Amino acid sequence: MEQILKAKAINKKFGDVYACNNLSIELYTGEVVGIVGESGSGKSTLLNCLSGSLVPDGGNITYLDRDNNWLDLLSLPEPRKRNLLRTEWAFVHQNPRDGLRMAVSAGGNIGERLMAIGYRNYSQIRAEATEWIEKVEIDAIRLDDKPSIFSGGMQQRLQIAKNLITKPRLIFMDEPTGGLDVSVQARLLDLIRSLVRELGLSVIIVTHDLAVARFMANRLIVMKNGKIVETGLTDQVLDDPQHSYTQLLVSSILKV
Amino acid sequence: MLEVKNVAKSFNLKNLDKGKFSVIRDACFNVNSGECVALIGNSGCGKSTLMRMIYGNYVCAEGQIYIDKENILDLKAIEMSILRKQKMGYVSQFLRVLPRVSTIDLVMEPLLDQFESRARAKDIAETLLSRLNLSSQLWHLSPLTFSGGEQQRVNIAIGFSKDYKLLLLDEPTASLDRENKKIVMDMISEKKEKGSAILGIFHDKEVRDKVCDREIDVSNFSAS
Repeated sequence: MEQILKAKAINKKFGDVYACNNLSIELYTGEVVGIVGESGSGKSTLLNCLSGSLVPDGGNITYLDRDNNWLDLLSLPEPRKRNLLRTEWAFVHQNPRDGLRMAVSAGGNIGERLMAIGYRNYSQIRAEATEWIEKVEIDAIRLDDKPSIFSGGMQQRLQIAKNLITKPRLIFMDEPTGGLDVSVQARLLDLIRSLVRELGLSVIIVTHDLAVARFMANRLIVMKNGKIVETGLTDQVLDDPQHSYTQLLVSSILKV
Repeated sequence: MLEVKNVAKSFNLKNLDKGKFSVIRDACFNVNSGECVALIGNSGCGKSTLMRMIYGNYVCAEGQIYIDKENILDLKAIEMSILRKQKMGYVSQFLRVLPRVSTIDLVMEPLLDQFESRARAKDIAETLLSRLNLSSQLWHLSPLTFSGGEQQRVNIAIGFSKDYKLLLLDEPTASLDRENKKIVMDMISEKKEKGSAILGIFHDKEVRDKVCDREIDVSNFSAS
């Protein structure tokens, strides 16, 4: 069992408020870690620090790349970091507009990532884009439409297809199924799960939906006020929570 | 195979006054390979709690639980999830699965986790589902729409698809008819012969008499 990402003592302050207060986290290959907690608890800030889109005030983050070198992410040159984000990593944003080019066709959005890893044959790119857009349950005839005329849920599905098509090693997800209707949510969660299994992907997923966390994550991290209050096997944290905040969270779930 | 030593459990509901409940103290027992042991005792005495501590979805703060001579209470979460995949199956009374995933895919999942080929996993899953009298028409549907007894059989198929060293069964035959109950009893006996250690909760005395070698009365470990 090998680690792929290690973060130690991450600090990030906005003004006087700690969004991340001395957080340490490690991720193993093939592991899905869920980060849960109320809004404002620092979940997304932690994810942004880990993925390099925010620079933490203190701490260190290392990543084991495809060639088995540990990279110090905070001192990594910007071009290399961008290259990582295009090839070995993927980031699925809460707001699909942050992860898509709205003026480029759906197929173009997906194809762009394939070209970044070296695809040059147009018909092959188009064939894979078609396959993936159907996997996320968007009709293939929409391939040449721009995402600006898609519904929010379709945009989110397109963003997920765009990110998964290159089979990245490490995926960061911020509320990936937040705005989706439940039928599509279930299909996408299953798709992500089977990819994790088949390709041994590692995933960090931020969500406030504990049901999503239960089905997706091997391990849960519960955050409150910028701190980790509890961590453990997902079903252990949800079935036998130890911290008073987690107990409150779990006992507040509505059952259908 | 399984050794439980001086295990105690209390629940502490921190948002309540007087929210501390002791359930179990000084639980000691073991289960050998090739043996089926029943946990008995009145409802509420802690049978399922004990079983969940062994599976790791309840925290065990006191005592030791050894599986294959390894104290699982020392394991990190990632190590525990690997141990589960490799060695430990758990069949609960309730089916909790992702919606819209077909029955056959759910049964294949633990096999694929162990890098079985798709073809072989499909073969094993189909054999199990047929044996449990689930008509092949149902295999491509999600079990969430099935009847209680059908859901329970899907759960059993998922738990029995591999030869786990340790199998935990929480009322596996509770909502089954006679014929299916007999099939499940046969399946339990076969797992025993293959060397699995089985720990079960069976309210049905007929099932206990047929498949269990010993009984452990959990009310002896009661904390109250």
